[in-house]
Amino acid sequence: MHPVTTVHYLALSAALLLIGTIGVLTRRNIVIILMSIELILNAVNINLIAFSHAWHNLGGQVFAIFVITDAVAEAAVGLGILIALFRNKETVQADEIDLLKW
Amino acid sequence: MLDTVLFYSFAALVLGGGVLTITRRNAVHSAISLIVSLLGVAGLYLLQQAEFLFAVQIVLYVGGIMVLFLFVIMLVNLDDAARDRQFNGQWVVALAAVAAVAAELGYFFHRGSGSFHIAEAAAALPAGTGNTEALADSLFSEYLLPFEIASVLLLVAVVGSVIMAKKRI
Repeated sequence: MHPVTTVHYLALSAALLLIGTIGVLTRRNIVIILMSIELILNAVNINLIAFSHAWHNLGGQVFAIFVITDAVAEAAVGLGILIALFRNKETVQADEIDLLKW
Repeated sequence: MLDTVLFYSFAALVLGGGVLTITRRNAVHSAISLIVSLLGVAGLYLLQQAEFLFAVQIVLYVGGIMVLFLFVIMLVNLDDAARDRQFNGQWVVALAAVAAVAAELGYFFHRGSGSFHIAEAAAALPAGTGNTEALADSLFSEYLLPFEIASVLLLVAVVGSVIMAKKRI
């Protein structure tokens, strides 16, 4: 068995990013789309932590903290928008919300 | 050896949880799978000696964001959505695009994985200081301005989500 290197972490991060992208692009339920965005942000964090560990540089971990901050802000605002949307349109399916579609 | 076993088990948690998250019909099941995935990521942080981020991941993600998600799932009626079609019309195009990106990444890893031998040359952190201590040092000295901007961002997010969730905007 090969020892685990930075490349393993990068490959895992890429796989998680692709899974999250599939979720964002194909699901209709907005709640699950928001969850997929969390998956993508976690993939970014794995990447940052892997390089931080490889270079013994704490900058990556600080950036991961900022990414987590962004994820929190995004989830809070996104779920607030979702509640307002559900109150007005009675749906959580992304392709039924097409007010801007011509 | 133990590191390798732990890495592969955490990686299985992360990827399995992720796949279940985007395929489940019921949003609560998706949320639970996402929790499994996030716990796997937390384990990876621990393997990479990022102990502070491990704690943050569990307290903030699993304890905070996921509870928020579960609250919203209960506030929003998802029964109709669970019975409905789960994937949108352009899923074939989406999968093709993702497959193209996956092929690019695979090619990149195939060609470039040899150039990642960087860990040996770097200088280690000074012994005796813990991860949290060193992180706080660099967060409050080198990254003080981004830190303050992040706090403003959180304030904006709090105000925004309260206004969004109000009865009458």
